[in-house]
Amino acid sequence: MENEGTVWLPPANSTIAEDVDGLFYWILDTSIIIFAIVILLMAVFTWRYRRRGKDTLTPAKDHNNFLEALWTIIPTGLIMVAFFWGFSGYMKMRVMPLEGTEIKVTGQKWFWSYQYEEGANLTNDFAVPVNKPVTLTMSSADVIHSFYVPNFRIKMDVLPNRYTKVWFEPTHEGVFDVFCTEYCGQAHSEMVGKVHVLSEENYAAWIDSVSRFGEDLPPAELGEILYVKKACVTCHSLDGSIVQGPSFLGAWERDIQLTDGTTAIMDENYLRESIINPRAKIHVGYQPVMPTYQGQLKDYELDGLIAFIKQVKQQTGQ
Amino acid sequence: MADSASHSHSMSHVAHHFADSEQQAESSKMGMWIFLLTEVLFFGGLFCAYVIFRAWKPDMFYEAHKTLSMSMGATNTVVLIVSSVTMALAIRAMQLGDKIKTLAYLWSTMALAGVFLVIKYFEYAHKFHVGQLPGQFYTYTGVEGTNPHVFFSVYFAMTGLHGIHVIAGMIAIGWLIWRTQKNHFNANYYTPIEMTGLYWHLVDLIWIFLFPLFYLIH
Amino acid sequence: MSMVMPKMNYLAEPKGLWSWIVTYDHKRIGLLYLAAITLFFAIAGFLAILIRTELLYPGQDIMDANTYNQVFTLHGAIMIFLFIIPSIPAALGNFVLPLMIGAKDVAFPKLNLASWYIYVFGSIFAIYSILASAVDTGWTFYTPYSTTTGTAVISMTLGAFILGFSSIFTGINFIVTVHKMRAPGMTWYKLPLMIWALYATALIQVMATPVLAITLLLLVLERWLGVGIFDPALGGDPVLYQHFFWFYSHPAVYIMILPALGIISELIATFSHKKIFGYKFIAYSSLAIAFTSFLVWAHHMFTSGQSELAAMIFSFITFFVGVPTGIKIFNWLLTMYKAQIDLRTPMVYALSFIFLFTIGGLTGIFLGALSVDIHLHDTYFIVAHFHYVMMGGTVIAFLGGLHFWWPKMFGKLYNETAGRIGAAIIFVGFNMTFLPQFVLGSQGMPRRYWTYVDAYQPLHAFSSYGSFILGLGFILVFVYLMHSLIWGRQAPKNIWGSLTMEWETTSPPHPHNFEEDKVLQHGPYDYDKVLIDRDEALTDYGYDTTTGEPGEHRESVAKE
Repeated sequence: MENEGTVWLPPANSTIAEDVDGLFYWILDTSIIIFAIVILLMAVFTWRYRRRGKDTLTPAKDHNNFLEALWTIIPTGLIMVAFFWGFSGYMKMRVMPLEGTEIKVTGQKWFWSYQYEEGANLTNDFAVPVNKPVTLTMSSADVIHSFYVPNFRIKMDVLPNRYTKVWFEPTHEGVFDVFCTEYCGQAHSEMVGKVHVLSEENYAAWIDSVSRFGEDLPPAELGEILYVKKACVTCHSLDGSIVQGPSFLGAWERDIQLTDGTTAIMDENYLRESIINPRAKIHVGYQPVMPTYQGQLKDYELDGLIAFIKQVKQQTGQ
Repeated sequence: MADSASHSHSMSHVAHHFADSEQQAESSKMGMWIFLLTEVLFFGGLFCAYVIFRAWKPDMFYEAHKTLSMSMGATNTVVLIVSSVTMALAIRAMQLGDKIKTLAYLWSTMALAGVFLVIKYFEYAHKFHVGQLPGQFYTYTGVEGTNPHVFFSVYFAMTGLHGIHVIAGMIAIGWLIWRTQKNHFNANYYTPIEMTGLYWHLVDLIWIFLFPLFYLIH
Repeated sequence: MSMVMPKMNYLAEPKGLWSWIVTYDHKRIGLLYLAAITLFFAIAGFLAILIRTELLYPGQDIMDANTYNQVFTLHGAIMIFLFIIPSIPAALGNFVLPLMIGAKDVAFPKLNLASWYIYVFGSIFAIYSILASAVDTGWTFYTPYSTTTGTAVISMTLGAFILGFSSIFTGINFIVTVHKMRAPGMTWYKLPLMIWALYATALIQVMATPVLAITLLLLVLERWLGVGIFDPALGGDPVLYQHFFWFYSHPAVYIMILPALGIISELIATFSHKKIFGYKFIAYSSLAIAFTSFLVWAHHMFTSGQSELAAMIFSFITFFVGVPTGIKIFNWLLTMYKAQIDLRTPMVYALSFIFLFTIGGLTGIFLGALSVDIHLHDTYFIVAHFHYVMMGGTVIAFLGGLHFWWPKMFGKLYNETAGRIGAAIIFVGFNMTFLPQFVLGSQGMPRRYWTYVDAYQPLHAFSSYGSFILGLGFILVFVYLMHSLIWGRQAPKNIWGSLTMEWETTSPPHPHNFEEDKVLQHGPYDYDKVLIDRDEALTDYGYDTTTGEPGEHRESVAKE
């Protein structure tokens, strides 16, 4: 099925999108008609009844029951249609399906992570099967975020200390943007993920591989992949430029100044602590904004990341 | 600036833009009532917060309220009610043009407000001492339930704001005493006393709501 | 014959800078407000240009993400709290309200002056927070972000808290003034519609602002003491903050737009030279909108996880704000039917308002519809929608009102041609800036984004170029208005032939407004019964009264 999207709306790629789009276009068309009438009348009157000479008295007529009834009743009827249509569409979004894939989503500054029942834990990019309902149970580790997939027409706030749910059933295979739409600070606009909609077979193969991902890779290679997948890249550069956090370039075994006045060496233990409990030691000159990765990285993944950071140092030595 | 010489009336307390004393008094009264409405809504936000948190954690609220001293709260309620009476009597005295009595009643109102604050001070001092403080300063351990500091946050926010209103009222009463002393008021013109009286009754009324909400939880 | 400035006028008497600093005159206080809001409009407008420049291309153009977050926060906070809310009520309203009802001043002149000083005091906090470490929370200060960020949230919030009192004082003053100070004969149904609108606005100011005040106070306590009312980490509820905040801030939207609707009613009636259509409806709809505005706050929170029942109720009531607003537009159109339309600068703004505000209103229907709102919430569609209402509505009406009352305020005429060109540039620039943003939003572009995916770039660029044109339009308006203060011609009493009472006094007015005690002679819109003979005055200024082409010949008349 072809689905191109229009000037107004992106392609509709979920089961509820069609209903939302139908209402959107109905309101749009009605609005354009009303707007055209208003502007046309305004233009005609302005021209037709322009002042042509001395001030004169003008007609006293200041009410017309028929017209007034008309322009009260018609708009009321129209908005009632919009209300009921909108409410019925909303209820479809809010009634969670009883079956299908369930994924636990965590929003934190500034990335998304996804915990699958199969055990896989992913960051920013995740995958779902096509034509199957998917329920997301979401919470935030810090401030309020909001989970938005324009192509699915769904959006839900992600709150700290509380769970919210949202569901969708993708109708097309493909890769779609995930945005954070509740302002959450510095890298709010980079809190962007992707949802990959896969065919049923591909999804089964994918979830199998991803659940066991990395066990057989060399640690540094795994670390390099995790560096991107776990969104370290958002705040830590490899070329020495300063983003939100210190660059990894030449970081290994360097002495660093901490905000409490002491110094530390960037070694295995320091890195491990900084990933698991980032607020414990703060590098001078940086804000304590890094979220914890506790529970999101397995031990061998941590080893991989540390091995990778070590390697960034080696590259600079060349 | 506002010279009243060009106007027909001679009463000095009528500002230039009013037609007469009656229009001025009615305007003041209406303005004051609207101001009191804003005060009610101001506290209304806090009452809302109270209702929400109490509905959310009824047990914790019940447990936490036991730490408040009911006798001190009750005494303060009586003190404020009596002060409202003396305030009303002050207005009555000036309506009859009795400056001495007016002064006496105003001073008693002032004194009762002082008593209220002293009692409040002892309550606060005790809570500071044992660590029943709002939010992150809360160190007390004697209350069961989750997040008991929220109870004290709401308690201090509401009684604190009320206390500030009592102090503002005392300043206003002090100003009335000074003006009465200077013979600014007479049986025909006592609007400021009346307005302050309205304000004082509101402060009293808010306490009458606060007292059962915090001290008498069942 | 040449007109001269009346000797006894409020600008000239009393003299000296000190007399302005301690003035109780509502007209002077109105001008003090006007000066202050112009300054803040310039600052916040400049910030808007910075935002649009940064968004020309994805990634960093002129500032980093942190700076961008601070800039859009300050743009919003300054525009809302320091410009739009006081713009029409406190600046124009203060000037015209007593004049329009034939009063010598507002009921409480000292309170009026106090409200200006409180405004200045509050704005100092806001400026301090810009200089200290600009706030980066968005103007909504949502918790827990606002309780955890490292920027100067406390001073900005205290600033907004203090500004609230300024707004409350103005509100109290207006309500009492309208109730108690009307000239004899001016019954409620003889009030100009601007007064009805200001009255409804004042009611909202008085009833909603205290709730914002307590909310902001609690936010300050939350940050300062960690009281745990809004912060979830301490057992609080961040959604409660949103409820409190929008309980004020939604009615605040009507504090901004209702007086604008009042101005437009005046402009349409005066420049159509015709009795306003549906007077009572327009009057009562102001009150109805004010009342309803208190019952729709949670439509800002359809995605916040509130219950479905709440969402349904709030969506339903939201739609019902649409009906009276729509009817007002039809009433204005019918006023123009069989009228005598004089297309002066203020009327150009009024027509521009109808165009822009209709778009703003209709796009509100999209957002009231629950399922569509889920898609559009917090995208550029919202940004475009509220700019069409706040700027296309309120700011355009404010400019219309300013041009309408300018001759009365300063006794000077601005250049009519420049006025129309300015209005046209602003109209074009505005649409170029914000029309593309509807499409950006419905395509999924979230708001408050420092960078964006490449597909959105062309529309962003178009919008940015539009904003530059818009900026030029405002500069032009500022320049010719300032020019008129010095070189403008002296204005007659009633340049527009209007029937409302402020035109019965000299331009600029007497320090006590009118030289005599006013009694109502005719209704504000009795254009079917009363004809003001302004021909003499007009000829004197070079207007051709027979061809009906006002202003065309002005420049050819030799200067005295």
